[in-house]
Amino acid sequence: MDRAIKLQLSTSEMNYFPDEVIEHIFDFIPSHRDRNSISLVSKSWHKIERSSRHQVFIGNCYAISPERLIRRFPCLRSLTLKGKPHFADFNLVPHEWGGFLHPWIDALSKARVGLEELRLKRMVVSDESLELLSRSFVGFKSLVLVSCDGFTTDGLASIAANCRNLRELDLQENEIDDHRGQWLNCFPDSSTTLVSLNFACLKGETNLSALERLVARSPNLKSLKVNRAVPLDALTRLMSCAPQLVDLGVGCYENEAEPESFEKLMAAIKKCTLLRSLSGFSEVAPICLTAFYPICENLTSLNLSYAAELQGNHLIEFVQFCKRLQLLWILDSIGDRGLEVVASSCKELQELRVFPSDPHDEEDNNTAVTEVGLVAISAGCPKLHSILYFCKQMTNAALITVAKNCPNFIRFRLCILEPNKSDHITSQSLDEGFGAIVQACKGLRRLSVSGLLTDKVFLYIGMYAEQLEMLSIAFAGDTDKGMLYVLNGCKKLRKLEIRDSPFGNAALLADVGKYETMRSLWMSSCEVTLGGCKRLARNAPWLNVEIINENENGRMERNEEDEREKVDRLYLYRTVVGTRKDAPPCVTIL
Amino acid sequence: MDEFVNLKATELRLGLPGTDNACEERERVSCNKRTLQGVTENETESSMIKTGTCPPRKAQIVGWPPVRSSRKNIIQTKKNESDSEGGRGVYVKVSMDGAPYLRKIDLSCYKGYKELLKALEIMFNFSVGEYFEREGYKGSDFVPTYEDKDGDWMLIGDVPWEMFVCTCKRLRIMRGSEAKGVGCVV
Repeated sequence: MDRAIKLQLSTSEMNYFPDEVIEHIFDFIPSHRDRNSISLVSKSWHKIERSSRHQVFIGNCYAISPERLIRRFPCLRSLTLKGKPHFADFNLVPHEWGGFLHPWIDALSKARVGLEELRLKRMVVSDESLELLSRSFVGFKSLVLVSCDGFTTDGLASIAANCRNLRELDLQENEIDDHRGQWLNCFPDSSTTLVSLNFACLKGETNLSALERLVARSPNLKSLKVNRAVPLDALTRLMSCAPQLVDLGVGCYENEAEPESFEKLMAAIKKCTLLRSLSGFSEVAPICLTAFYPICENLTSLNLSYAAELQGNHLIEFVQFCKRLQLLWILDSIGDRGLEVVASSCKELQELRVFPSDPHDEEDNNTAVTEVGLVAISAGCPKLHSILYFCKQMTNAALITVAKNCPNFIRFRLCILEPNKSDHITSQSLDEGFGAIVQACKGLRRLSVSGLLTDKVFLYIGMYAEQLEMLSIAFAGDTDKGMLYVLNGCKKLRKLEIRDSPFGNAALLADVGKYETMRSLWMSSCEVTLGGCKRLARNAPWLNVEIINENENGRMERNEEDEREKVDRLYLYRTVVGTRKDAPPCVTIL
Repeated sequence: MDEFVNLKATELRLGLPGTDNACEERERVSCNKRTLQGVTENETESSMIKTGTCPPRKAQIVGWPPVRSSRKNIIQTKKNESDSEGGRGVYVKVSMDGAPYLRKIDLSCYKGYKELLKALEIMFNFSVGEYFEREGYKGSDFVPTYEDKDGDWMLIGDVPWEMFVCTCKRLRIMRGSEAKGVGCVV
């Protein structure tokens, strides 16, 4: 905002310049938030800004319509769209809830927008949409789909066949119906522009020869992430014809790797001197990881979070040599001891995610991570700013130490697997521990809390977390005061998601205007009632207040008229285009 | 000998064979009443069927822990695979002709035939010779065989390892003249 104010003061002077010059100055400001600020300065700046805007980010696809988007930004080239709420990742949102891509492609196509890049998260994408996309935009270069569903490999075939200038096809964690087709064959022989290809999430067989030919004729290929169906020897051949790779995703099953094929793989790997990022290993015998020893010192990014076959000692043996690592995603089978090794070896570490190998605590293993590992990391890695940590136990003392060691956290997400678990040494709540985190980490933007927590932790969050934009709460708090502390205190809050916590109508309705400053609010299994939601909807017509019903097959089966009924799932968001028309029967928009 | 006086083994229970109290202990739902809202109906029922039946997991809360299905599935896949390969311990008896007593080994400890045969050689102090696809084992008086699910005695090494682990009921190291009849073309 400061920049916008400074610019405003010199607007009068700047207006002596022709528009093209001003536009040229704006080119140096790519961040969409800053561009949004610029557009508010004056009418002329608004006009110049919108006609020169190429990149647009839409955090909630229902906040605006495609038609209005195109009217304001006719020169759009790159669009990011997000659909379903975050908790859809954990099966809390019905499959048919919404977030359809088609209306957007339809509108962009009809308006002949020169779309080049599309990034989607949690959207429902159909093969028809992909086909239309592939035929409508001649200069289309980049498609990134994260956590999307609704399409099959036939849709991918259209993209491959028709997008002549395709540089990037990046599929992350999508639900794709794999027709075991020949989509890789659909890249024409003349297609040589690929820079990034990621199909790790595909579950079916892969046409290996088509893949090899494609890689061989793509000299600019920097990032390749294959799926499970690509075995060791095929991987070796791929790497041999693409030694320029920077980012590699492996996924092959090798029960007993023969010494010869192992040797060949190692030889190919040694040639990949530019390799910096490694991932995959979803069904790989430990020996395959050792093949990457020659280049592990170069790695800056390592994602072994799907490598269920790798034991703690394998992980430790590898990671200890990755001295340049900045990003590490790993399973908790690495153990506290493993994290201590990471802490002493990976001094450049910025982001760490430790996922549970036993999410439902079915094994009686004691090799998972605890507060000890977290403290070790915080002490050893001075550049750490982002953490996601699943563990079985935690203490206030540990969190206080972590806060002292790492005041630079931007993202801090702690998930103690058992809800309401207290400090395992003192049996107290973890209010003080999280309080220390928010107090020390002045730049904290994202926070997820867990364990036994009272209203007090929210008092701390409201008081200290001044930069907080996203907060996730589960099984926490005592009264409405908790939620109110957060709503009143966190001025920059954009997304609030709450489940199984005793917050009700009083908290929901206290400050309706607050929701205009936020992107969305999610509340499930809380104490809000239908009556409270109806009142909110009446007082805030610029909000879509959606009730998602328990019974997915039809409308609310319980007494619809009873306003005292608790609402199972509430999702509300600001919008300039009113009630959406594509809601399924299980969703009631008030 | 102890087995004959092991009353626990003959105790009438509703549980599955092999389950015991430790399993029931794990069954308790350790969250407070708030969390039960999130438990689906099926899960509530199963956690209410007390004493005896030991469900394989604790009562699970919908969408908890906050891990994507794709991550939960890999652990399940790993378990299923290791289960079908006998990852939990596929113990089979091993007998050798002429040896006074039997041994027991865990097939899941071995990655393939080479390792298994080597372990048997060490255990019984013998040598198994060389395996030929058509002629079976040559160069030794001993022939490693196994009884499969159908009750047939088969030569070890013919079928893929994974299949072997699934179908093998017990091992027998045959010796001498008796060995001639099994799986080899004489």
